[in-house]
Amino acid sequence: MKKYTVKTQTQSTAKFVADDMILTKDIPTCAGSKMLDGYVSLFEAEVLTRLADKGYGLAGKTDVGEFSIDLLGETSYNGAIIEDGVLKNATASVIKDGEVDFAITLDVNGSVRRAAAQDGLVSIKPTYGTVSRFGTIPVVCSGETVSVMAKTADLCKEALSAIAGHDDKDGTSLPQSEIDKTKTEKEIRKVAVLSSMLKGVDGKVSEKLNNVCEILRKNGIEVTEIDDSVIALSSAYWAVLMSAECCNNVSKYDGVKYGYRAQNFMGIDELYTNSRTEAFGFLLKSTILLGSETLSTANYVKIYDKALRMRRVIVEEFAKIFASYDVVLMPACSAFAYGEEDMKNTYKAYEENFYTAPASITGLPAVVVGGVQFVGNAFSENSMLSLAAIIEKEGK
Amino acid sequence: MKYETVIGLEVHVELATKSKIFCSCSAHSYGAEPNAHVCPACCGMPGMLPVVNKRVVDYGMKAGMMLNCHINRTTTFDKKSYYYPDLPAAYQTTQWFAPVAVNGLVEIETSKGKKSIRIKQIHMEEDAGKLVHDIREDTTHVDFNRTSVPLIEIVSQPDLSSAEEVEAYLDRLKNLLRYAKVAECEMAHGTMRCDVNLSVRPEGSDKLGVRTEMKNMNSIEAIKRAIEYETARHIDAIEHNTEVLVQETRRWDDIKGKSFAMRSKETAGDYRYFPDPNVMPVVIDDEWFNSIKASLPEFPEVKRARYINEIGLSEYDADQLIKSIAICECFESAYAECGSAKDSANWLLSECMNILNSRQMSYDMLDVDGKALGKLIKLVSEGKVGRANGKKILADMFDNRDIDPETYAKENGYIVSNDTSLIEKVAKEAIASNPRAVNDFKSGKEKAIMALFGACMKQLKGNCDPNTLKEILIAEINKI
Repeated sequence: MKKYTVKTQTQSTAKFVADDMILTKDIPTCAGSKMLDGYVSLFEAEVLTRLADKGYGLAGKTDVGEFSIDLLGETSYNGAIIEDGVLKNATASVIKDGEVDFAITLDVNGSVRRAAAQDGLVSIKPTYGTVSRFGTIPVVCSGETVSVMAKTADLCKEALSAIAGHDDKDGTSLPQSEIDKTKTEKEIRKVAVLSSMLKGVDGKVSEKLNNVCEILRKNGIEVTEIDDSVIALSSAYWAVLMSAECCNNVSKYDGVKYGYRAQNFMGIDELYTNSRTEAFGFLLKSTILLGSETLSTANYVKIYDKALRMRRVIVEEFAKIFASYDVVLMPACSAFAYGEEDMKNTYKAYEENFYTAPASITGLPAVVVGGVQFVGNAFSENSMLSLAAIIEKEGK
Repeated sequence: MKYETVIGLEVHVELATKSKIFCSCSAHSYGAEPNAHVCPACCGMPGMLPVVNKRVVDYGMKAGMMLNCHINRTTTFDKKSYYYPDLPAAYQTTQWFAPVAVNGLVEIETSKGKKSIRIKQIHMEEDAGKLVHDIREDTTHVDFNRTSVPLIEIVSQPDLSSAEEVEAYLDRLKNLLRYAKVAECEMAHGTMRCDVNLSVRPEGSDKLGVRTEMKNMNSIEAIKRAIEYETARHIDAIEHNTEVLVQETRRWDDIKGKSFAMRSKETAGDYRYFPDPNVMPVVIDDEWFNSIKASLPEFPEVKRARYINEIGLSEYDADQLIKSIAICECFESAYAECGSAKDSANWLLSECMNILNSRQMSYDMLDVDGKALGKLIKLVSEGKVGRANGKKILADMFDNRDIDPETYAKENGYIVSNDTSLIEKVAKEAIASNPRAVNDFKSGKEKAIMALFGACMKQLKGNCDPNTLKEILIAEINKI
């Protein structure tokens, strides 16, 4: 088992790890890509500065898949982590082993939530704009969010309150008055289960969903299954936006300024080509191709612009649901273990995004607990984490 | 057949903000050490996020208002993807979908009279870096000082039809943007650059010909030569089938006096524009809009009318003054101080211009405190300082803005003396040593007295009222 964890000295009792999408000044940040092999940032991510100011100690960094767009981290240039034929996520493993109290991750394409669901951990992807993205490796800027993963909902809440807040260095950071709304807790009474989102899950996942529904009902929370055809379309449009932004953001890596450079080349063009050919992995290359195609002049109106419009439609669809329900319950993944077969399927992450894309494309907060996922209205983080605490307690 | 040239311009103007468009690095690096004004943000390093410099939007809006544009109250930034070594982020943040200003109008005047040029749009964007080719070492260096320096691109409609009109249009843009103090617009400094889109068609036709584009022209003279060359090339191609015209980008080689094909439309890169998710749409509310509107300067035409009708300047003087906002401002404060518009205009248009010309400086580089100039004009017109000494003081004021003319005149012995006994003494000496001039004057050659006058002035270091000196000289000669 490969676990890529760089240890640093820390005096504090509360310790955490950051995944390798979060920039650190003293430790290399490689985004799981050979392209950024050995890259040390000149500056520290805002979230890390905030945690350090509050006395939390960074214990180390955990590996991610290449630019964190894969299933669980298997595309890292350090190799996949496989235990007993089952794919594992580096960050989730560190938390599960109890090495640290919580993890700060960048939820780019859902791998963080899949990992939390599969390892029975709690994770919170807060409302887009409540936590600064300053100092995170940019991939899908319109959707990626700094997230927290921990063993308990309370630890998630604690860590989130330490990192949330307005940051002038991030133009998409919300005003503090908006972010403060996350502090008000509203009791969750009505949960909607989207039947269209239950498609493709295996027996264990649907069993978990049933368990959670039971716990909810037992606690006097109304659970209603509703039919909705729009939200289930999220992953298709997310793939368009995700690949386009990813393509745009990784095009600056050329082997010249920093990171990996090919050993053999003749002339500058070959230096670029060889460095990229050798350093980028297959999933990233496929995503680059898809992204450059969807953004081309010929396709912009047909594909990209349509996806932007659909993002709006999906946001509105959620708003309609939140007029009657407090949160939406859906799976975070189709199965609780990905095996060798899944790893052979390059596009498995695109398929599994079916469950994670609704929260990614809308920027809505999502909590993973007890193997399932809650997607809530903007700023409902604390309310959802309180609900998560109930499920945690009852589930034991 | 007679042909007409159809020209549209894309003019890039560097905005004169203190810092860059998305980071706090200095935006002024002309002549600075390479890579002295860079940070991880403008170097495109991962993790830095763009934060819009509000001043850039102020200036973009102001430029739009100066060119009579409609201001888009919600203006957005977009990513233009292209890879080039001087663009470290591999995309340029620009405005594609909702530029800050659209549908403007600029009036120009040429030998053929007045003409209105329509402005399609003005968009804000970041500049790229610079590649420095070292021929001796056969290497290329990259200087990122200029990356993310704010620019506006002013896109005209194809309303221009000659090199003369292009020159008048560029002069007009420069004048208006300098009036608003949003840009320097100095082609020699690269703070104004120009892409020329040109096609040729039979006169009177409403169908446009094949268009070629010449990029990054950086002197008016080169632009004029390029337009003439391209027009002739297009006409030759149409009339004599010398070549097949294709829509393409061409490079103008000013030394060879020829343009060369760079890339055709078919092989041109696809810029894959899309809204920049890291920059939120900029919403210009009424308060912001009105504050910019209120900060607009008096337009040149309005100034001209005021100078003629209210201040009483001649049309010629007014036309000369309004060429430059720096001159106008100096004039207005000098006038306010000394009370004479005519004197103020004369001092600026003759004495100040002479100094600027001798130092090979443009009108806009005038950096004299107008109030101090007014004081100087007053000292001279009241006879306290001689005109020649006044000019000397003025030259020193060009080097030091802090000079107070009166104090300076006293300290340097430029104050006119009222001591008639001294003047009489000097006059007597001059008469004694110039008997020929005295005889000439006596025999009726009145001008001969000027030799004596000059000698006395030199002796008195100019510190003498000319009329008093003349009277004393005549009186002394008559005594002989």
